[in-house]
Amino acid sequence: MTVNTSALGNLTALPPASGRAGFGGALRSEWTKIRSVRSTMWTLGSATVVTIGISVLGNWGRANHGDATTAQLAQEDLTQRTLFGIILGQLIMVVFGAMAITSEYSTGMVRTSLTAQPRRAPVFWAKLLVVSAVAFVVGEVISFVSFLISSSFWRAKGIDLTLSTPHAMQAVIGGGLYLAGSAILAFGLGAILRHTAGAITSGVGLLFVLTILVNFLPDSWQHHLDKWLPFNSGGQVWSTQHVPGTDLGAWTGFGVFMIYGVVAIALGGYIFRNRDA
Amino acid sequence: MIEANGLTKRYGERLAVDNLTFTVKPGQVTGFLGPNGAGKSTTMRLILGLDAPTSGAVTIDGRPFSKVAYPMREVGALLDAKAIHGGRSAYNHLLCLAQTNNLPKARVGEVLELVGLSEVAKKRSRGFSLGMGQRLGIAAALLGDPKLLMFDEPVNGLDPEGILWIRNLMKALAAEGRTVFVSSHLMSEMENTADHLIVIGRGRLVADCTVQEFIDQNSELTIRVRTPETQRLAALVTEKGAVAAPDGDDALRITRLGMTEIGDLAFDNQIRVHELSPIQASLEQAFMELTKDSVEYHAAVPGQPIGVHDRVPATQQEGR
Repeated sequence: MTVNTSALGNLTALPPASGRAGFGGALRSEWTKIRSVRSTMWTLGSATVVTIGISVLGNWGRANHGDATTAQLAQEDLTQRTLFGIILGQLIMVVFGAMAITSEYSTGMVRTSLTAQPRRAPVFWAKLLVVSAVAFVVGEVISFVSFLISSSFWRAKGIDLTLSTPHAMQAVIGGGLYLAGSAILAFGLGAILRHTAGAITSGVGLLFVLTILVNFLPDSWQHHLDKWLPFNSGGQVWSTQHVPGTDLGAWTGFGVFMIYGVVAIALGGYIFRNRDA
Repeated sequence: MIEANGLTKRYGERLAVDNLTFTVKPGQVTGFLGPNGAGKSTTMRLILGLDAPTSGAVTIDGRPFSKVAYPMREVGALLDAKAIHGGRSAYNHLLCLAQTNNLPKARVGEVLELVGLSEVAKKRSRGFSLGMGQRLGIAAALLGDPKLLMFDEPVNGLDPEGILWIRNLMKALAAEGRTVFVSSHLMSEMENTADHLIVIGRGRLVADCTVQEFIDQNSELTIRVRTPETQRLAALVTEKGAVAAPDGDDALRITRLGMTEIGDLAFDNQIRVHELSPIQASLEQAFMELTKDSVEYHAAVPGQPIGVHDRVPATQQEGR
């Protein structure tokens, strides 16, 4: 390897600077960061394959081998069924959202990032925006592809299920929103905990384990608690049927789900700005 | 220019940096010296705002670092060569840093060329050797053509070629009028590089002076005298208040008496002198002398109680 010992002799002079380093630069930087590591491809790729794969297999199986009559099926929330791979897909989105920020801490990169831009607010919000946007786009693709393939099995059975079916469009768009919301919640947890395994565990715990645990509570408690849980409230946005009293509405539910995310982000953002890096 | 004023950082019970006040001036290499665990890295983190001081303040050209318009044009820092995402290529690592400060993309290729990493630009940095990682860190520090450069233990783990390269680079950067602030726990490294020294021990300022002043103030000049009459000369100099120790069969090592006085004394008493030479104490000795009370970890030598070897600094890496 040859080295140049004449200090900075060969470098072109930088153009004069005006203004100050801010949000725009941080945004470009965070986009470069997220597209230049393999974990992004792996997590988003597996979220796509797993969610679509499970949705398609499950719907194909039930459409072709189930014993429910067409009349019974017409009563079911088949739109939600076409998206049900989200139950696992959300967990992979948690990994994506958490790692987007915890990898800065596990690798030590955060110290280099904050030396380049010591104003922490633009770094945090740019990272959140990039992660949310990427998760939203990928989430919508996953949701739409899941629905489009899965619904074709039902149409083949003579059940009219398209994006024009009442509330179907809301549920399919909602599926992508829910996946993005899962990533945002995990991002907030990652900013709070600064630890990959901890953030993923708590994200999975909130979305998945909590939902199961509540089932062990007495029925009367369950009834009051169930609908407010992240999964049950957020799940309404990718459903077309909501049991009055038991379930929240589609958008109310999603709003409650996002409160969890907003609280995690607010706390995580506060810690990111104020705690020693 | 870095100005620290009463800088203090406490981690729980431990006072890592204790009321440090110093100035790092442009146009010279300032060595930041202290045993492992003395608080050098913490001080650098405080300068960069990575950690908030418990009390006191530090500014860069009169402003806190976070108020600087384009941070990378003001400060280039290499604190820890491993503080990068190993899954990212060298090029993308530098690109994402350059973008934060709106630096031109072309700059990335130029600094990679400068540090000799062009050929591995597309390779993920996880596979880099320590020396390559160090070069990548320096490339990052130079991206913004900064007025101030800060290096924390930059020669750690480098081969001789790499050490020479960094040494020359630091001198050249200082010669261009930049401020260069470099930490080390090895005095010998500073002896060859630094113009000015800031020495700390247990978070406290121990010395702030030029390298020569440091040697003059902290080490006694020893004179080696070769003479057939060692015993007579030893008795004579001891009378004058000097300390004489035998150095082989035909020589003495004398301290606390100047060379002229020793020579005159020998002449007056008709003692033959075959050699009269000053032995300059190395900076390393002076440094150990000065910081022996503030070394945080002492290495134990088998067969000897801890404390006898006060002057041996521990080999542990500085923890953060």
